[in-house]
Amino acid sequence: MAKRYDGATVKRLLKYIVGHSKVLFIISCICILISTAASVVGMMFTQVLIDEYIAPLLLAAVPVFTELAIFLCVVGCVYLIGALSTLVYTRLMVKVSQRCLKSIRDDMFDHMQSLPIRFFDAHTHGDIMSYYTNDTDTLRQFISQALPQLFSSIVTVLGCLIVMFYYSPLLTSIVIAMTIAIVIVTKKIGGKSTAFFVKQQRSIGNINGYIEEMLNGQKVVKVFCREKKSEEVFAQKNKQLYSDSRQAHKFSNILMPILGQIGHLQYITLALVGGIMVITGFGSLTAGIVVAFLALSKSFSMPIQQISNQISMVSMALAGADRIFKLIDESPEADDGYVTLVNAKEQDGNLIECAERTGVYAWKHPHHDGTVTYTKLLGDIRMVDMDFGYVPEKTVLHGITLFAEPGQKIAFVGATGAGKTTITNLLNRFYDIADGKIRYDGININKIKKSDLRRSLGIVLQDTYLFTGTIMDNIRYGKLDATDEECIAAAKLSNADEFISRLPDGYNTMLTGAGAGLSQGQRQLLAIARAAVADPPAMILDEATSSIDTRTEKLVQSGMDKLMKGRTTFVIAHRLSTIQNSDVIMVLDHGRIIERGNHDSLIAKRGTYYQLYTGAFELE
Amino acid sequence: MIRKLLKSLREFKKPSVKCMILVALEVVMETIIPFLTVSIIDDGIYGGNMNVILKLGLIMLGCIIVGVISGIGAGAHAANASAGLACNLRGDLYSHIQKFSFSNIDKFSSAGLVTRLTTDITNVQTAYMMSIRGALRAPLTLIFSLIMSFTISWKLALIFLAAIPVLGGGLFLLIYKARPLFTKVFKTYDNLNGVVQENVSGIRVVKSFVREEHEKSKFGKISERLYKRFTKAEGYMSLTSPLMQFVMYLCLIVVFWLGARMIVLSGNVELTTGKLTSLITYAMSILTSLMTLSMLIVMITIAQSSGKRIVEVLNEESTLLNPANPVTEVKDGSVKFDNVDFSYCGDETKLSLKQIDLEIPSGSVVGIIGGTGTGKSSLVSLIPRLYDATQGSVYVGGVNVKDYDIETLRNNVAMVLQKNELFSGTIKDNLRWGDESATDEQLIHACRLAQADEFIAALPNGYDTYIEQGGTNVSGGQKQRLCIARALLKKPKILILDDSTSAVDTKTDTLIRKAFRDEIPNTTKFIVAQRISSIEDADSIIVMDGMKIDAIGTHDQLLKTNKIYREVFESQQKGGKNNG
Repeated sequence: MAKRYDGATVKRLLKYIVGHSKVLFIISCICILISTAASVVGMMFTQVLIDEYIAPLLLAAVPVFTELAIFLCVVGCVYLIGALSTLVYTRLMVKVSQRCLKSIRDDMFDHMQSLPIRFFDAHTHGDIMSYYTNDTDTLRQFISQALPQLFSSIVTVLGCLIVMFYYSPLLTSIVIAMTIAIVIVTKKIGGKSTAFFVKQQRSIGNINGYIEEMLNGQKVVKVFCREKKSEEVFAQKNKQLYSDSRQAHKFSNILMPILGQIGHLQYITLALVGGIMVITGFGSLTAGIVVAFLALSKSFSMPIQQISNQISMVSMALAGADRIFKLIDESPEADDGYVTLVNAKEQDGNLIECAERTGVYAWKHPHHDGTVTYTKLLGDIRMVDMDFGYVPEKTVLHGITLFAEPGQKIAFVGATGAGKTTITNLLNRFYDIADGKIRYDGININKIKKSDLRRSLGIVLQDTYLFTGTIMDNIRYGKLDATDEECIAAAKLSNADEFISRLPDGYNTMLTGAGAGLSQGQRQLLAIARAAVADPPAMILDEATSSIDTRTEKLVQSGMDKLMKGRTTFVIAHRLSTIQNSDVIMVLDHGRIIERGNHDSLIAKRGTYYQLYTGAFELE
Repeated sequence: MIRKLLKSLREFKKPSVKCMILVALEVVMETIIPFLTVSIIDDGIYGGNMNVILKLGLIMLGCIIVGVISGIGAGAHAANASAGLACNLRGDLYSHIQKFSFSNIDKFSSAGLVTRLTTDITNVQTAYMMSIRGALRAPLTLIFSLIMSFTISWKLALIFLAAIPVLGGGLFLLIYKARPLFTKVFKTYDNLNGVVQENVSGIRVVKSFVREEHEKSKFGKISERLYKRFTKAEGYMSLTSPLMQFVMYLCLIVVFWLGARMIVLSGNVELTTGKLTSLITYAMSILTSLMTLSMLIVMITIAQSSGKRIVEVLNEESTLLNPANPVTEVKDGSVKFDNVDFSYCGDETKLSLKQIDLEIPSGSVVGIIGGTGTGKSSLVSLIPRLYDATQGSVYVGGVNVKDYDIETLRNNVAMVLQKNELFSGTIKDNLRWGDESATDEQLIHACRLAQADEFIAALPNGYDTYIEQGGTNVSGGQKQRLCIARALLKKPKILILDDSTSAVDTKTDTLIRKAFRDEIPNTTKFIVAQRISSIEDADSIIVMDGMKIDAIGTHDQLLKTNKIYREVFESQQKGGKNNG
């Protein structure tokens, strides 16, 4: 298991740990070294005490304890240094590990912001969340607990080994033999445990998915009285999880007692062999050395047990780190654009870039030869022979061509799945077209920096999404430096002000759970206000008014008309009433534009639009 | 709280008890071993007596065998008991949630419930395993080791007795300080996860408004706070091991000094070198067990908040209960509202419906129209008893809905929710939610009525097409039609469409209603809609305004008498008249 992550992942993880606090990390390592050395040396004191102080004193006629006192003072100093180093390194390791985790979290989130929409299409929310919860958690345990312990265990083992070898190479070989036994047992049992842990993780994932799906649709479950059925399936998955979890923990639980008893077995063997050697005088061992050796062997096998115990934790943490690094390595949204959007003003018939907001925008277009030209942002959008598919094998848009002149209102009509939303997704480059061209004020949109392109396009999306915060915060999301007055003005424009003022806390009403307390219509009104405050040169309204009731919609319509004035607007709506005043109406079917024209010309044509239009009033 | 959680232990009480007994046995063996080593060292090695070493070695071997068996047993039982507790708890929680009414569900977010069923239960499982293995082990080791030390030398054992309160007090103080900090840490952790969740769900909004930097700084702030709080809380906990070392080393030095004097002054009688070494071993195990105990307390603290959240759900009483002698047959599809007031939170000052009086004969088509938040959905959700009326009563088929068996009622009153869901599985699987035993012909028939057959047939796998979780691979309008077909399969006496055709184009919408009229004329139909065209042919139309019924009548009547209705109608007609 662990082998797959070795090397690169470990190296990278270490870089994270060390990179952000090099000095602290080095000091911690030194302190761990000192602290461990102190405890290893401390083990030898028993032997020295017995052999060099107690034994001679026992023989002395009048025992004098001054030398013993001095010795114990030295011991005390060593201990003090040891304990102080422990204090220093534990405190520092907290900082090091937390700093490392913070930077991993920050990097992960920062990188995630740069990922293309496709990434979010391909991963479920639960899956993305588990990067921040499960994976970071295993890392936290690993860095703050396992890592220092592992380090000090290894140092202890090495220290003990050296001292033991110094005492008696023969007895040391017994210890080494036992250690090999421990390694074998750990590998056997630990391997089984790891295998079941993997199984357990899979069962957890399985049951989590089921729980998430069922609870999200819990109201549907209730309406269809499917509680029993859903409990049955759940019970089955729950049972599987139980048996995997039981096995996994069983193997990890029995490892420690077995290793502990191997430690005791080692003790007896050493006592026996050591005893024989002392009695027979073989290898010139003293009783004191054997006793000290026994103590040492104990402090040798303890860390070995600890290391074995932590192997599963290490492999889990490395698996987590591997996943995290994969996320960080995920290639970001490509942005080769170099044309930027700037505030501008006109002077002597020329466009001049300026810092303040003038209401006039220009595309700043740097050229190869170092010159810079400015093109006024007008909102002239042309799509020529555009093909697109979410997956290469399946084209969903075929040969879309359309011209939107500045200030025009372009409407898309068509059955669900005809490709209306897809077209707007291509315009703001959530996805890139497979073939054809999109020009914005004459500039190929691939040359425009994505952030500037999107800033020039106001969007009210099909699924309104609001963030936790006050209503005011949510409106301000459109323009972060907007004053309260601006936000209220935008709300008034989109007619959201009316319902907001009726709320007990007005604009300071806290929204939680994506605006769960509001009706769908109210959420959309807020989304429109949010777009209004951004005051973008061009707008995309994706089915924005489809579920606001007709009375409110009338108000919205008047607000929207004000908002759309002078802006190029793309509207996607189900109700033909909202788009009749459009300059151009595109009728889409299966990814193709089948009719285009204004309302009157389309009605006169008596084609699909006419059918749709009359179909709506068929019952009259 | 703990008692409530342990109620779910049931058949796993036995392994829990077995585990604890075996742990006790294991501890006894472990404490005997250092005691035996005293003689091995004193009589065997120092005394040069091989027989003693051999004899004691054999006894020790026996202890080891008993120890290893009980250790393995304890470990296995602990795994079984804790996995079992988690399994039962998860099952109990899940069945409990199944009993929840709509208002219970509204109270807990579904994300919150998912966390409780997953992470929280895992935390409890870990804590329980640690507890049954460690909670007994640590104090037992402490007590046995102390007893052994006293039998070796009560004078020196007094030192340990003095050290225990020092270390124990220190650890207690640290935990006392750290505990509230950890609670805070976990709250911040939740907030951080909340920010990520919102970001992921709203990523299109974030990207459209180019707010990546804003989001980063939002996350950065909370991540910084988490870092600070974590560092502070862990900072306290990091003091435990140096504290432990200080006390241990201090103990050792005092034992060395007094022990050495005792050995020398008594001429290796009152205390021997062998006894001294095993005393040191006991000292270590006493202090280590204190340390383990403190770690356990921290673990339990962390699990405590999880436990609290689980119990919170378990303690939530369902607000809707089946009556004692339920009526199990719905006679017909008539509906009556008798002076009904309704509030989602049961608070009479925050009513969502006021003084509703209604009588709908079986088989009629009822349209409901009105502005956003005027109570349309609230009105219809009282019919299948998704919520209980706060005041007054609702009758279906002449019987108060509270007197029906809930399952009977809901099988006869099919409701297509505004926010509907499809589940992962084939289209057939999803449709069969309405009727398990429906034949393929019946499925196709229902889909024809809901105008879904055509698009399903066009799919490469037809009715066996796999629907992704949440129905993401069908469009909004297709999803709505599938949901309607699913409801139709129940063959209900009352069918409620709560704005269920909003994403369906007008032509299809018309066809659906035509099919209803022709094919299921005896079913009472409630249609909540925004489009006048969806309801104008209804037998009666209810106009909702300000949580009340503003008017009831036919299309023609309302056009003449009702201002709101006329306004809505005109706004939707404008284009038609100008150009038509």
